[in-house]
Amino acid sequence: MKTGAAIAAGLLALVSLRGAGPETILLRGATVHPVSGPDIPGGSVLMRDGKIAEVGARIAAPKGARVIELKGLHIYPGMIDSATEIGLSEIGAVREMSDISDIGLFKPQLRAATAVNPASEHIPVTRANGITSVVTSPGGGIVAGQSVLMHLSGWTMDDMVIRSPAAMRMEFPRIQMPGGRFGGGEAAPGRGSPYADAKKRYQQQLQELNDFMESARRYRQAKGAAGADFEVDLKLEAMIPVLDGKVPMLIRAEKEKTIKEAIAFADKQGVRMILERGLEAWKVAPELKAHHIPVVLPPTLRLPEAEDDPYDKPFCIPGELSKAGVKFAFASFGPGDEDNPRNLPFLAAAAVGFGLPQEEALKAVTLYAAQIWGVGDELGSIEKGKWADLIVTDGDPLETRTQIKQVFIKGSPVDLDNKHRRLYDKYLAR
Amino acid sequence: MNRYALFLLALPLAAGQTTVIRNATVLTVTKGTFQGSILIRDGKIVEAGEKVMAPEGARVIDAGGQYVMPGIIDCHSHIAADSINEGAVAVSSMVGIEDVINPDDIDIYRALAGGVTTANILHGSANPIGGKCQVMKMRWGKDAEGLKFEGAMPGIKFALGENVKRSGSPGNGFGASPGLRYPASRMGVEDVIREALTEARAYQKEWRDYQAKLDRHEQAIAPRRDLKLEPLVEVLEGKRYVHAHCYRADEILMLLKVSDDFGFKIRTLQHVLEGYKVAREIAEHGVGASTFSDWWAYKAEAYDAIPYNAAIMVRKGVLVSLNSDSAELMRHLNTEAAKAMKYGGLNETEALSLVTINPAKQLGIEGRVGSIEPGKDADLAIFDKHPLSNYAKVEKVFIDGELYFDRQKDLEERPAKVARKKALVDQFKAQEKKERKKPESSEDKKGEDPGGVR
Repeated sequence: MKTGAAIAAGLLALVSLRGAGPETILLRGATVHPVSGPDIPGGSVLMRDGKIAEVGARIAAPKGARVIELKGLHIYPGMIDSATEIGLSEIGAVREMSDISDIGLFKPQLRAATAVNPASEHIPVTRANGITSVVTSPGGGIVAGQSVLMHLSGWTMDDMVIRSPAAMRMEFPRIQMPGGRFGGGEAAPGRGSPYADAKKRYQQQLQELNDFMESARRYRQAKGAAGADFEVDLKLEAMIPVLDGKVPMLIRAEKEKTIKEAIAFADKQGVRMILERGLEAWKVAPELKAHHIPVVLPPTLRLPEAEDDPYDKPFCIPGELSKAGVKFAFASFGPGDEDNPRNLPFLAAAAVGFGLPQEEALKAVTLYAAQIWGVGDELGSIEKGKWADLIVTDGDPLETRTQIKQVFIKGSPVDLDNKHRRLYDKYLAR
Repeated sequence: MNRYALFLLALPLAAGQTTVIRNATVLTVTKGTFQGSILIRDGKIVEAGEKVMAPEGARVIDAGGQYVMPGIIDCHSHIAADSINEGAVAVSSMVGIEDVINPDDIDIYRALAGGVTTANILHGSANPIGGKCQVMKMRWGKDAEGLKFEGAMPGIKFALGENVKRSGSPGNGFGASPGLRYPASRMGVEDVIREALTEARAYQKEWRDYQAKLDRHEQAIAPRRDLKLEPLVEVLEGKRYVHAHCYRADEILMLLKVSDDFGFKIRTLQHVLEGYKVAREIAEHGVGASTFSDWWAYKAEAYDAIPYNAAIMVRKGVLVSLNSDSAELMRHLNTEAAKAMKYGGLNETEALSLVTINPAKQLGIEGRVGSIEPGKDADLAIFDKHPLSNYAKVEKVFIDGELYFDRQKDLEERPAKVARKKALVDQFKAQEKKERKKPESSEDKKGEDPGGVR
């Protein structure tokens, strides 16, 4: 551990983080796993100006380039977590440290990129396990706001941002019964049955959602017809890229019924949909495939939805979706409270024992994620021209026992030190 | 349905039968790793080694290419309990998990399918002194009594920090607590524990005085039995283990001092996320630590939690286990153990010990379970790959030599279960349709609630 930190610190010392951008670095002698193509034993990767300049079996070191020998090690693309709250929430239970959700049902103008704290301790902790970029999304209400796709390194959001908005996040209305772990689910005195109430609320929300979409559409039309004195509405303005199909809607829907309704909604509204969570996506796989709707999966390591579901159902779903031809990415944020983005690779690995080929699992935390977020030509594999977000490992990155030796983000070595390592060093020496 | 199917399946392997698991990579945890066989008779491991003769009539299980490890032990779980928190009082030592075990909880089977054979089921963390714990085996299909780990030392839950204080804070109800409840600070938490133990001491003295009078053949009236203080007297007398939920280093030291003052030993510190900061003191007190692998930052007192916690404490001489506190995490404690290799560099045996022999020692059942050794209960988990690999899955699980989980059987039985469920649903629907046709049935209908009729 200390050696790893020392290597990283040494690398940092050699590299100027300021001034004329990242230096040119040649990684040499490692097994390169481009993910997009066959592995290259004894391969090299040249990084220049933050991008991958060359990949191959033999690359001559350009003048002035620093050469890093990586014999016996492996180079993979950095992993992408497609659902996190990184930067928006520091300590889950402390309200003052959360900027995840705001008041109201329709808040498309809210931007996660505005509130992400680049100094969050979660960032260095997460990237230390090879996750180099994440999607952070706002929550709450129906249209929650704009997600951001960002590198996990940078002084400011300007350094970090890859896409903002990466998506318009939405929670599809559903019949929500009162209750839960500590609740009773009983009817309030003098009111109708809780189910009837919940159904009414749901129908009302559906109506409001359709009205909102209609308003946005009319706004766009009016804006197109109007002159310079057109009065801007920030909420409706934010919906235009969604209606234009430039920004996808990341729609959370869990059960089969809700997923089907969300698909019909996206179809009717002509918006591009990414399904989030989709606990029962496997029941709707043909529809998802037919509509080319990709899925951001809930954590594989979770309990089955129903008592009589097979014990391994959640482990099997990625394999089933893969067979059905549905594109998906793994993600750490889920219905439980145990999200821990650094464990993203283990969520992918958990599906491998249960029918998902290992290569597909790896792609679903790298290339497929990039493709889902519309940056398939910028990120997610080791290919010329892409961002040089790379990790150097001593083995398969999906295995817990593998150590992440070095991380490069936008072509620069990243310090693998973090709060946890500092506390480790401090108290081990006590 | 699972239960009956598996019960039938277990019949040919019932106690009394001899079983040999062979060609396996055997991870004994305490006696090294080898390629070989395990001989099981009368629910116990008789022999384990590179060459084990298969006695005539023995059932042979070929585990070629597979890995056998001791059944996983979870030192902190809440599965199979109908209720967890008695939060209305700050000291709830009068209640116990032993009275609320639900043997039908599917999480028992799910845990079993993750290789878990024994778990410590604890009361919740709403009180400085909580309810009594119950150690049980995952004998899916047995009744509540049949699940209990016979002869295991009884335990009790203590809890410190935020969960306990929360009931004292307005607008933050926890468990069943209505409104405010003392304590609301870590100072108050210490006070509540000291007050209760002081009471317990007085109660202990009442009984001792009574006994002394009887011994002297004097007339004496027995003290009134106090169900709250009785378990605490057992704690003072070392007859009941204390499993104490804690997070911060300061409160850990507080509890160690309290236990010193009252002359008993805390058996385990649970969660103990800042244990690494005071590992030396924990080791000096001979207190066990049962922690999470890598949870952090979910609440203020977990902000200094680090995944190196287990490794640091191991290096400083603390007896450490990894627990789940979650029906989900419980299903993959083997790979949770692998995290202690990644973070802090434990070796394979040290890592596996965190979920086998170490928790067994913490629960005082290491003579029975926790490693693969002759004389111990045949509680074994067979994995298709090395259990520290994220690609490994459980193939078979034995408890007391009986096969309680078999993945192949589980897979084979699925179509029949689906068909059975469908038949039941169809039958139900048909009945409902029939009833709806009856004109008088409208009287029976109460409300529009679709789920509320039955």
